[in-house]
Amino acid sequence: MLTSTSPGTFIAHTIPKTPRLDLVVVANMVQPGSRVLDVGCGDGELLQLLAETRDVDARGIEISRDGVNECVAKGLAVIQGDADTDLADYPDDTFDYVILSQTLQATRRPRWVLEQMLRIGKRVIVSFPNFGHWRIRGQLLWYGRMPLTKNLPVSWYDTPNIHFCTIRDFVDLARELDVKIERAVAFGPSGGRVRFDAPWWFWNLFGEQAVFLLSRKN
Amino acid sequence: MTIVRIERDEKTNRTDMVRREVDEPRSQVVRFGADKPLKLDAGVELSPYQVAYQTYGELNADRSNAILICHALTGDQHVHNVHPVTGKDGWWDSMVGPGLPIDTDRFFIICANVLGGCMGTTGPASKDPTTGEAYGLSFPVVTVRDMVRAQAALLDHLGIEQLLCVTGGSMGGMQVLQWAVTYPERIFSALPIASAARHSAQNIAFHEVGRQAVMADPDWRDGKYLSQGTSPRRGLAVARMAAHITYLSDAALHRKFGRRLQDRELPTFGFDADFQVENYLRYQGSSFVERFDANSYLYITRAMDYFDLAGEHGDVLANAFRNLKARVCMVSFTSDWLFPTEEARQIVHALNAAGAPVSFAEIETDKGHDAFLLEEPELFAIVRGFLDSAAKKRGVKAAK
Repeated sequence: MLTSTSPGTFIAHTIPKTPRLDLVVVANMVQPGSRVLDVGCGDGELLQLLAETRDVDARGIEISRDGVNECVAKGLAVIQGDADTDLADYPDDTFDYVILSQTLQATRRPRWVLEQMLRIGKRVIVSFPNFGHWRIRGQLLWYGRMPLTKNLPVSWYDTPNIHFCTIRDFVDLARELDVKIERAVAFGPSGGRVRFDAPWWFWNLFGEQAVFLLSRKN
Repeated sequence: MTIVRIERDEKTNRTDMVRREVDEPRSQVVRFGADKPLKLDAGVELSPYQVAYQTYGELNADRSNAILICHALTGDQHVHNVHPVTGKDGWWDSMVGPGLPIDTDRFFIICANVLGGCMGTTGPASKDPTTGEAYGLSFPVVTVRDMVRAQAALLDHLGIEQLLCVTGGSMGGMQVLQWAVTYPERIFSALPIASAARHSAQNIAFHEVGRQAVMADPDWRDGKYLSQGTSPRRGLAVARMAAHITYLSDAALHRKFGRRLQDRELPTFGFDADFQVENYLRYQGSSFVERFDANSYLYITRAMDYFDLAGEHGDVLANAFRNLKARVCMVSFTSDWLFPTEEARQIVHALNAAGAPVSFAEIETDKGHDAFLLEEPELFAIVRGFLDSAAKKRGVKAAK
């Protein structure tokens, strides 16, 4: 950022890189010092945040080679692999937390992936874009077209996101899988959180993104 | 540490040059006498023995910047210098050097000729002190673990307690994995490339073809060719030709040679090397015999055949890595059918199950198994990133 103090003089301010809000929300759900697997960890931004701020043993799975390379260069332990198949290879209860950050909608078998995560982790954290948000509903209702938003900018024929769901859909699935919803957070485009005591229908309409912390009931 | 300068002697013929390298190599050599025998898996002790090695870069004050490179079956310690016999550049010159991923400006790099080799570390071509003749087949069969034990003895000699990283491709990768199992506390990180935790039946089969080719050559003389003044050149060349095919992919061979003819317009309707690919293989075979000992080839292929990390630990690979704290980065290549990705994944799963911090990348290339020796930008990026982060984590300071 450049700020002018007097004509002709510019001082460059170094802005500390602030991590994405959804990543901060996820990170805040993780107990320091725990073992974490990030499924679909991309370039490792969340894992690095967790390693730096929560002192966790951070592991990741990432399908793209570029992502894996970036993670390895950051010193993160990341395996190239496909969440849709490779989660089956992990033993039960290997991790304290298994995280699926902005990836659920891109899996071929979201239910199977969730079941595997609940098997290999004591707790599961899922963050996803809410397809029930009013802006998306509005686009479908008024224009009759698949929605394009700032968070979901890719046309339907190119998007890797093949299994969108709404917050209510996700809550239904959680009930079907008989898991406990320990915490849930929804927030809007400006980062404002949806009131905690609001009913699900309200969250579903005004939450642009959601983060759930789940655990097995037994 | 001083780097031994290597100058080629054009007057001596190649075979004599190789024989000279066996006992008096143009490398640094450490000789272990009767007080320090090497206990081998075969149940015998080897003594005396010597290890020939090259080093590059400088060891820093707290001895934390050492990287051990383990060479492959037909490789040697000449990673980053002109080869004393062939006059060619070092076999990993694209990876090791100033400013390169394995940076000689920052790290102290060691590569030793493997036990059983023929470039100065004790092997079947070395002189048996009890007879004054070359060991030949009286040399004990060695294993990958024995090779690693000899390397550990070298590190003791150099006063290096823990390696920043141990790396290598193919059989070099096997040694890396063996380090992780046998000396887990002596490595800070490990980077095995294009390797496996065991040699597959198919790979053993290929090796057996090579060994039979050597032994079928009448000049092999039951392994006594050195004392009888012959050399099983044809057998060893055939072994090399067969093996070389397995190092490449179908696509790479096709891209390089296709069905093109060698210096002729039409086939000769004979058994001359009509096709370029035949000519290439013949060249590979004949240049190999100039620098390699046939019995060494038998012994080292045998060591690879016996390699089975899980076998040492009740067939559960994860148990082999139980004590490993080092960070591991495993790399495989899509077109490698000798050490396919599936083998690498098994290691990764085992490391994960053992709780070791492991990364894994499969690199897309059509160059086959040999890709680890070639210009492969993605491999360079991974090696650089992994070593940088390991050095940072370990707090490595430069030598100067």
